[in-house]
Amino acid sequence: MLGPQSSLVMYDEEYQRILLLLERLLRESNSKVIFLVDKNGQLIAATGETANLDTTSLASLTAGNIAATGGLAKLIGEKEFSILFHEGEKDNIHISIIGGRVILVVIFDQRSSLGLVRLRVKKASNELAVVFEDLVSKTEQQAVSSSAPSPFAEITDDDIDNLFN
Amino acid sequence: MSFINYASREINCKIVYYGPGLCGKTTNLQFIYNKTAEESKGKMISLATETERTLFFDFLPLALGEIRGFKTRFHLYTVPGQVFYDASRKLILKGVDGVVFVADSQEERFDANIESLENLKDNLEEQGFDLEKLPFVIQYNKRDLPNVSSVEELSNLLNPRKVPELEGCAMSGEGVFETLKAVAKLVLNDLKKAG
Ligand SMILES: Nc1nc2c(ncn2[C@@H]2O[C@H](COP(=O)(O)OP(=O)(O)O)[C@@H](O)[C@H]2O)c(=O)[nH]1
Ligand SMILES: [Mg+2]
Repeated sequence: MLGPQSSLVMYDEEYQRILLLLERLLRESNSKVIFLVDKNGQLIAATGETANLDTTSLASLTAGNIAATGGLAKLIGEKEFSILFHEGEKDNIHISIIGGRVILVVIFDQRSSLGLVRLRVKKASNELAVVFEDLVSKTEQQAVSSSAPSPFAEITDDDIDNLFN
Repeated sequence: MSFINYASREINCKIVYYGPGLCGKTTNLQFIYNKTAEESKGKMISLATETERTLFFDFLPLALGEIRGFKTRFHLYTVPGQVFYDASRKLILKGVDGVVFVADSQEERFDANIESLENLKDNLEEQGFDLEKLPFVIQYNKRDLPNVSSVEELSNLLNPRKVPELEGCAMSGEGVFETLKAVAKLVLNDLKKAG
Protein backbone atom coordinates (compact mmCIF):
# COMPACT_ATOMS: atom_id res chain seq x y z
CA MET A 1 0.00 0.00 0.00
CA LEU A 2 1.04 3.55 -0.58
CA GLY A 3 2.26 5.18 2.58
CA PRO A 4 0.98 8.65 3.32
CA GLN A 5 4.39 10.22 2.82
CA SER A 6 5.94 8.31 -0.04
CA SER A 7 6.22 10.41 -3.10
CA LEU A 8 3.99 9.31 -5.93
CA VAL A 9 5.59 8.37 -9.23
CA MET A 10 3.63 7.63 -12.39
CA TYR A 11 5.00 5.72 -15.39
CA ASP A 12 3.65 5.51 -18.91
CA GLU A 13 2.62 1.88 -18.70
CA GLU A 14 0.59 2.27 -15.51
CA TYR A 15 -0.86 5.56 -16.72
CA GLN A 16 -2.22 3.81 -19.81
CA ARG A 17 -3.67 1.01 -17.68
CA ILE A 18 -5.33 3.57 -15.44
CA LEU A 19 -6.78 5.49 -18.38
CA LEU A 20 -8.23 2.30 -19.84
CA LEU A 21 -9.90 1.46 -16.54
CA LEU A 22 -11.30 4.98 -16.18
CA GLU A 23 -12.61 4.99 -19.74
CA ARG A 24 -14.32 1.67 -19.19
CA LEU A 25 -15.83 2.90 -15.94
CA LEU A 26 -17.07 6.01 -17.72
CA ARG A 27 -18.88 3.87 -20.30
CA GLU A 28 -20.22 1.23 -17.96
CA SER A 29 -21.50 3.72 -15.42
CA ASN A 30 -22.95 6.14 -17.99
CA SER A 31 -21.21 8.99 -16.25
CA LYS A 32 -19.96 12.35 -17.54
CA VAL A 33 -16.54 12.82 -16.06
CA ILE A 34 -14.19 10.69 -14.04
CA PHE A 35 -10.96 11.71 -12.46
CA LEU A 36 -8.36 10.37 -10.09
CA VAL A 37 -6.68 12.55 -7.52
CA ASP A 38 -3.84 12.01 -5.13
CA LYS A 39 -4.87 12.64 -1.52
CA ASN A 40 -2.54 15.63 -1.57
CA GLY A 41 -4.63 17.26 -4.27
CA GLN A 42 -2.65 16.45 -7.41
CA LEU A 43 -4.62 15.36 -10.44
CA ILE A 44 -3.49 11.93 -11.66
CA ALA A 45 -5.80 11.27 -14.60
CA ALA A 46 -9.11 12.43 -16.03
CA THR A 47 -11.51 11.25 -18.70
CA GLY A 48 -14.90 12.23 -20.11
CA GLU A 49 -16.27 15.72 -20.70
CA THR A 50 -13.35 17.53 -19.14
CA ALA A 51 -13.00 20.31 -21.71
CA ASN A 52 -14.89 22.96 -19.76
CA LEU A 53 -13.84 21.76 -16.35
CA ASP A 54 -11.14 23.26 -14.19
CA THR A 55 -9.72 19.87 -13.24
CA THR A 56 -6.82 21.32 -11.24
CA SER A 57 -9.18 23.19 -8.93
CA LEU A 58 -11.48 20.20 -8.76
CA ALA A 59 -8.58 18.02 -7.71
CA SER A 60 -7.48 20.35 -4.96
CA LEU A 61 -10.99 20.85 -3.59
CA THR A 62 -11.72 17.14 -3.73
CA ALA A 63 -8.64 16.41 -1.69
CA GLY A 64 -9.62 19.16 0.76
CA ASN A 65 -13.08 17.64 0.98
CA ILE A 66 -11.72 14.16 1.70
CA ALA A 67 -9.28 15.56 4.22
CA ALA A 68 -12.03 17.50 6.00
CA THR A 69 -14.45 14.58 6.16
CA GLY A 70 -11.57 12.34 7.24
CA GLY A 71 -11.02 14.76 10.11
CA LEU A 72 -14.71 14.59 10.96
CA ALA A 73 -14.60 10.80 10.88
CA LYS A 74 -11.73 10.69 13.35
CA LEU A 75 -13.59 12.99 15.73
CA ILE A 76 -16.51 10.58 15.94
CA GLY A 77 -14.27 7.52 16.13
CA GLU A 78 -14.50 6.35 12.51
CA LYS A 79 -11.38 5.58 10.50
CA GLU A 80 -12.50 7.45 7.42
CA PHE A 81 -15.61 7.83 5.28
CA SER A 82 -14.64 5.82 2.24
CA ILE A 83 -17.52 7.06 0.10
CA LEU A 84 -18.93 10.56 -0.24
CA PHE A 85 -21.88 11.54 -2.35
CA HIS A 86 -23.01 15.03 -3.27
CA GLU A 87 -26.34 15.45 -4.96
CA GLY A 88 -26.98 18.45 -7.16
CA GLU A 89 -29.91 19.61 -9.26
CA LYS A 90 -28.43 18.20 -12.45
CA ASP A 91 -25.09 16.71 -11.65
CA ASN A 92 -23.98 14.51 -8.81
CA ILE A 93 -20.55 13.66 -7.50
CA HIS A 94 -19.54 10.28 -6.16
CA ILE A 95 -16.20 10.23 -4.36
CA SER A 96 -14.42 7.15 -3.08
CA ILE A 97 -10.99 6.27 -1.75
CA ILE A 98 -8.85 3.64 -3.39
CA GLY A 99 -6.04 1.84 -1.61
CA GLY A 100 -5.98 4.42 1.15
CA ARG A 101 -4.35 7.17 -0.88
CA VAL A 102 -6.01 7.79 -4.21
CA ILE A 103 -9.39 9.43 -4.68
CA LEU A 104 -11.77 8.42 -7.46
CA VAL A 105 -14.32 11.02 -8.48
CA VAL A 106 -17.29 10.25 -10.72
CA ILE A 107 -19.58 13.01 -11.97
CA PHE A 108 -22.90 11.84 -13.39
CA ASP A 109 -26.38 13.13 -14.24
CA GLN A 110 -29.83 11.62 -14.75
CA ARG A 111 -28.54 9.34 -17.50
CA SER A 112 -27.09 7.23 -14.69
CA SER A 113 -27.98 6.47 -11.10
CA LEU A 114 -26.27 6.26 -7.74
CA GLY A 115 -26.84 2.49 -7.65
CA LEU A 116 -25.20 1.92 -11.00
CA VAL A 117 -22.28 4.21 -10.24
CA ARG A 118 -21.72 2.54 -6.90
CA LEU A 119 -21.74 -0.91 -8.45
CA ARG A 120 -19.31 -0.05 -11.25
CA VAL A 121 -17.03 1.93 -8.98
CA LYS A 122 -16.67 -1.04 -6.68
CA LYS A 123 -15.39 -3.24 -9.46
CA ALA A 124 -13.13 -0.59 -10.96
CA SER A 125 -11.70 0.27 -7.55
CA ASN A 126 -10.32 -3.20 -7.06
CA GLU A 127 -8.65 -3.13 -10.45
CA LEU A 128 -7.27 0.37 -9.93
CA ALA A 129 -5.91 -0.66 -6.54
CA VAL A 130 -3.89 -3.39 -8.25
CA VAL A 131 -2.35 -0.87 -10.65
CA PHE A 132 -1.37 1.39 -7.77
CA GLU A 133 0.22 -1.49 -5.94
CA ASP A 134 2.22 -2.28 -9.05
CA LEU A 135 3.24 1.36 -9.21
CA VAL A 136 4.54 1.27 -5.67
CA SER A 137 6.66 -1.81 -6.22
CA LYS A 138 7.95 -0.42 -9.50
CA THR A 139 8.91 2.83 -7.82
CA GLU A 140 10.73 0.94 -5.10
CA GLN A 141 12.59 -1.18 -7.66
CA GLN A 142 13.61 1.87 -9.67
CA ALA A 143 14.89 3.49 -6.51
CA VAL A 144 17.33 0.67 -5.77
CA SER A 145 18.44 -0.10 -9.33
CA SER A 146 21.08 2.32 -10.52
CA SER A 147 20.37 1.53 -14.17
CA ALA A 148 17.61 4.16 -14.26
CA PRO A 149 19.07 7.35 -12.83
CA SER A 150 16.56 10.02 -11.92
CA PRO A 151 16.29 12.81 -14.48
CA PHE A 152 16.53 15.25 -11.59
CA ALA A 153 19.88 14.08 -10.32
CA GLU A 154 21.51 16.59 -12.66
CA ILE A 155 19.45 19.66 -11.83
CA THR A 156 21.63 22.73 -11.52
CA ASP A 157 21.02 26.05 -9.82
CA ASP A 158 20.87 27.58 -13.29
CA ASP A 159 17.99 25.28 -14.26
CA ILE A 160 16.09 26.49 -11.24
CA ASP A 161 16.88 30.15 -11.83
CA ASN A 162 15.64 29.82 -15.41
CA LEU A 163 12.22 28.75 -14.17
CA PHE A 164 11.64 32.23 -12.81
CA ASN A 165 12.73 34.24 -15.81
CA MET B 1 5.00 14.70 -1.30
CA SER B 2 5.98 15.50 -4.81
CA PHE B 3 4.26 13.70 -7.63
CA ILE B 4 6.52 12.77 -10.53
CA ASN B 5 4.60 11.85 -13.63
CA TYR B 6 6.69 10.21 -16.33
CA ALA B 7 3.62 9.72 -18.49
CA SER B 8 2.85 13.43 -18.84
CA ARG B 9 6.41 14.48 -17.94
CA GLU B 10 5.41 16.66 -15.03
CA ILE B 11 6.62 17.26 -11.51
CA ASN B 12 4.06 18.51 -9.00
CA CYS B 13 5.11 19.98 -5.69
CA LYS B 14 3.09 21.32 -2.78
CA ILE B 15 4.18 24.42 -0.91
CA VAL B 16 2.37 25.68 2.17
CA TYR B 17 2.45 29.27 3.45
CA TYR B 18 2.17 29.20 7.23
CA GLY B 19 2.09 31.93 9.87
CA PRO B 20 -0.09 33.76 12.38
CA GLY B 21 -3.44 35.28 11.42
CA LEU B 22 -3.22 38.42 9.25
CA CYS B 23 0.56 38.10 8.68
CA GLY B 24 0.06 38.31 4.91
CA LYS B 25 -0.10 34.75 3.59
CA THR B 26 -3.11 35.33 1.37
CA THR B 27 -1.58 38.62 0.19
CA ASN B 28 1.55 36.74 -0.93
CA LEU B 29 -0.52 34.41 -3.09
CA GLN B 30 -2.61 37.24 -4.47
CA PHE B 31 0.49 39.09 -5.57
CA ILE B 32 1.90 36.00 -7.26
CA TYR B 33 -1.44 35.44 -8.95
CA ASN B 34 -1.65 39.02 -10.21
CA LYS B 35 1.89 39.02 -11.58
CA THR B 36 1.83 35.65 -13.28
CA ALA B 37 1.05 35.32 -16.97
CA GLU B 38 -2.38 33.89 -17.73
CA GLU B 39 -0.99 30.73 -19.34
CA SER B 40 1.15 29.89 -16.33
CA LYS B 41 -1.50 29.96 -13.67
CA GLY B 42 -4.74 28.27 -12.80
CA LYS B 43 -7.61 29.74 -10.90
CA MET B 44 -6.88 31.00 -7.42
CA ILE B 45 -9.31 29.46 -4.98
CA SER B 46 -9.96 31.10 -1.65
CA LEU B 47 -12.17 29.36 0.85
CA ALA B 48 -12.77 32.40 3.00
CA THR B 49 -15.30 33.76 5.45
CA GLU B 50 -17.51 36.68 4.51
CA THR B 51 -14.95 38.99 6.04
CA GLU B 52 -12.17 37.65 3.79
CA ARG B 53 -10.46 35.68 6.51
CA THR B 54 -9.14 32.36 5.22
CA LEU B 55 -11.50 29.65 6.39
CA PHE B 56 -9.90 26.52 5.03
CA PHE B 57 -7.21 27.38 2.50
CA ASP B 58 -6.21 29.44 -0.49
CA PHE B 59 -4.95 27.47 -3.45
CA LEU B 60 -2.95 28.68 -6.42
CA PRO B 61 -1.60 26.29 -9.05
CA LEU B 62 1.44 27.60 -10.95
CA ALA B 63 3.24 26.16 -13.96
CA LEU B 64 6.77 27.47 -13.87
CA GLY B 65 8.33 26.07 -17.00
CA GLU B 66 10.43 23.06 -17.81
CA ILE B 67 13.31 21.48 -16.06
CA ARG B 68 15.14 18.64 -17.79
CA GLY B 69 12.13 18.12 -20.03
CA PHE B 70 9.65 17.99 -17.16
CA LYS B 71 6.97 20.62 -16.66
CA THR B 72 7.23 21.89 -13.10
CA ARG B 73 4.02 22.68 -11.33
CA PHE B 74 3.84 24.20 -7.90
CA HIS B 75 0.66 24.09 -5.88
CA LEU B 76 0.68 26.90 -3.35
CA TYR B 77 -1.56 26.69 -0.30
CA THR B 78 -2.09 29.00 2.64
CA VAL B 79 -3.49 27.94 5.99
CA PRO B 80 -6.00 29.83 8.11
CA GLY B 81 -4.02 31.63 10.78
CA GLN B 82 -6.42 31.89 13.69
CA VAL B 83 -5.68 29.60 16.58
CA PHE B 84 -9.06 27.86 16.50
CA TYR B 85 -8.58 26.57 12.94
CA ASP B 86 -5.89 24.15 13.98
CA ALA B 87 -7.68 21.10 12.62
CA SER B 88 -7.75 22.64 9.13
CA ARG B 89 -4.08 23.58 9.31
CA LYS B 90 -3.13 19.98 10.01
CA LEU B 91 -5.03 18.79 6.96
CA ILE B 92 -3.35 21.25 4.65
CA LEU B 93 0.12 20.16 5.75
CA LYS B 94 -0.54 16.65 4.44
CA GLY B 95 1.95 15.80 1.75
CA VAL B 96 3.75 19.13 1.91
CA ASP B 97 7.05 19.46 0.04
CA GLY B 98 8.13 22.85 1.32
CA VAL B 99 7.02 25.45 3.86
CA VAL B 100 7.18 29.24 3.83
CA PHE B 101 6.76 30.77 7.26
CA VAL B 102 5.42 34.30 6.91
CA ALA B 103 6.24 36.25 10.05
CA ASP B 104 4.44 39.47 10.91
CA SER B 105 7.25 41.92 11.70
CA GLN B 106 5.09 44.17 13.88
CA GLU B 107 6.26 44.31 17.48
CA GLU B 108 2.84 43.44 18.84
CA ARG B 109 2.80 40.22 16.80
CA PHE B 110 6.07 38.96 18.26
CA ASP B 111 4.40 36.35 20.45
CA ALA B 112 1.94 35.36 17.76
CA ASN B 113 4.88 34.50 15.49
CA ILE B 114 6.48 32.27 18.09
CA GLU B 115 3.21 30.55 18.84
CA SER B 116 2.52 29.90 15.17
CA LEU B 117 6.00 28.53 14.55
CA GLU B 118 5.65 26.15 17.50
CA ASN B 119 2.27 25.12 16.15
CA LEU B 120 3.85 24.42 12.75
CA LYS B 121 6.46 22.16 14.32
CA ASP B 122 3.85 20.27 16.35
CA ASN B 123 1.52 19.79 13.42
CA LEU B 124 4.33 18.63 11.15
CA GLU B 125 5.50 16.18 13.76
CA GLU B 126 2.02 14.76 14.00
CA GLN B 127 2.22 14.00 10.27
CA GLY B 128 5.61 12.40 10.69
CA PHE B 129 7.58 15.36 9.30
CA ASP B 130 10.54 17.07 10.87
CA LEU B 131 10.73 20.79 10.14
CA GLU B 132 14.50 20.59 10.30
CA LYS B 133 14.54 18.22 7.34
CA LEU B 134 11.90 19.95 5.26
CA PRO B 135 12.61 22.67 2.68
CA PHE B 136 11.83 25.73 4.76
CA VAL B 137 12.22 29.50 4.33
CA ILE B 138 11.10 32.47 6.41
CA GLN B 139 9.72 35.77 5.20
CA TYR B 140 9.68 38.79 7.54
CA ASN B 141 6.65 40.56 6.18
CA LYS B 142 5.21 44.06 6.57
CA ARG B 143 8.63 45.73 6.62
CA ASP B 144 6.89 48.92 5.39
CA LEU B 145 5.21 49.49 8.75
CA PRO B 146 6.76 51.78 11.39
CA ASN B 147 6.30 49.55 14.43
CA VAL B 148 8.42 46.59 13.38
CA SER B 149 10.99 44.55 15.27
CA SER B 150 14.47 44.51 13.75
CA VAL B 151 15.23 41.69 11.36
CA GLU B 152 18.08 40.66 13.60
CA GLU B 153 15.78 40.28 16.56
CA LEU B 154 13.24 38.32 14.52
CA SER B 155 15.94 36.13 13.06
CA ASN B 156 17.46 35.29 16.44
CA LEU B 157 14.11 34.27 17.68
CA LEU B 158 12.50 32.52 14.74
CA ASN B 159 15.46 31.29 12.74
CA PRO B 160 18.11 29.66 14.91
CA ARG B 161 18.89 27.18 12.13
CA LYS B 162 19.50 30.01 9.66
CA VAL B 163 17.35 28.76 6.84
CA PRO B 164 16.97 31.21 3.94
CA GLU B 165 15.24 34.35 5.26
CA LEU B 166 13.84 37.29 3.33
CA GLU B 167 12.34 40.66 4.07
CA GLY B 168 9.00 41.30 2.49
CA CYS B 169 6.20 43.68 1.90
CA ALA B 170 3.55 41.43 0.44
CA MET B 171 1.22 44.32 -0.19
CA SER B 172 3.61 45.95 -2.67
CA GLY B 173 5.09 42.60 -3.63
CA GLU B 174 8.57 43.18 -2.32
CA GLY B 175 10.27 39.87 -1.52
CA VAL B 176 7.28 37.81 -2.63
CA PHE B 177 8.81 36.16 -5.69
CA GLU B 178 12.20 35.96 -3.98
CA THR B 179 10.54 33.95 -1.21
CA LEU B 180 8.81 31.62 -3.64
CA LYS B 181 12.02 31.14 -5.54
CA ALA B 182 13.97 30.36 -2.38
CA VAL B 183 11.58 27.63 -1.32
CA ALA B 184 11.22 26.25 -4.85
CA LYS B 185 14.97 25.95 -5.04
CA LEU B 186 15.11 23.93 -1.84
CA VAL B 187 12.26 21.69 -2.96
CA LEU B 188 13.84 20.98 -6.34
CA ASN B 189 17.20 20.35 -4.72
CA ASP B 190 15.48 17.80 -2.52
CA LEU B 191 14.19 16.01 -5.60
CA LYS B 192 17.72 15.89 -6.83
CA LYS B 193 18.92 14.26 -3.63
CA ALA B 194 16.09 11.75 -3.76
CA GLY B 195 17.01 10.84 -7.33
N1 LIG C 1 1.32 47.28 5.64
C1 LIG C 1 1.29 46.04 5.18
N2 LIG C 1 0.13 45.34 5.23
C2 LIG C 1 0.13 44.09 4.75
C3 LIG C 1 1.28 43.48 4.19
N3 LIG C 1 0.96 42.22 3.80
C4 LIG C 1 -0.35 42.05 4.10
N4 LIG C 1 -0.87 43.17 4.67
C5 LIG C 1 -2.24 43.39 5.13
O1 LIG C 1 -2.50 42.57 6.24
C6 LIG C 1 -3.85 42.12 6.25
C7 LIG C 1 -3.92 40.61 6.35
O2 LIG C 1 -3.36 40.03 5.22
P1 LIG C 1 -3.74 38.54 4.74
O3 LIG C 1 -2.90 38.25 3.54
O4 LIG C 1 -5.21 38.39 4.61
O5 LIG C 1 -3.25 37.71 6.00
P2 LIG C 1 -3.33 36.12 6.23
O6 LIG C 1 -4.25 35.95 7.38
O7 LIG C 1 -1.92 35.73 6.60
O8 LIG C 1 -3.79 35.47 4.98
C8 LIG C 1 -4.47 42.66 4.96
O9 LIG C 1 -5.21 43.79 5.28
C9 LIG C 1 -3.28 42.99 4.10
O10 LIG C 1 -3.54 44.02 3.23
C10 LIG C 1 2.49 44.25 4.15
O11 LIG C 1 3.53 43.81 3.68
N5 LIG C 1 2.43 45.51 4.67
MG1 LIG D 1 -5.40 34.20 4.68
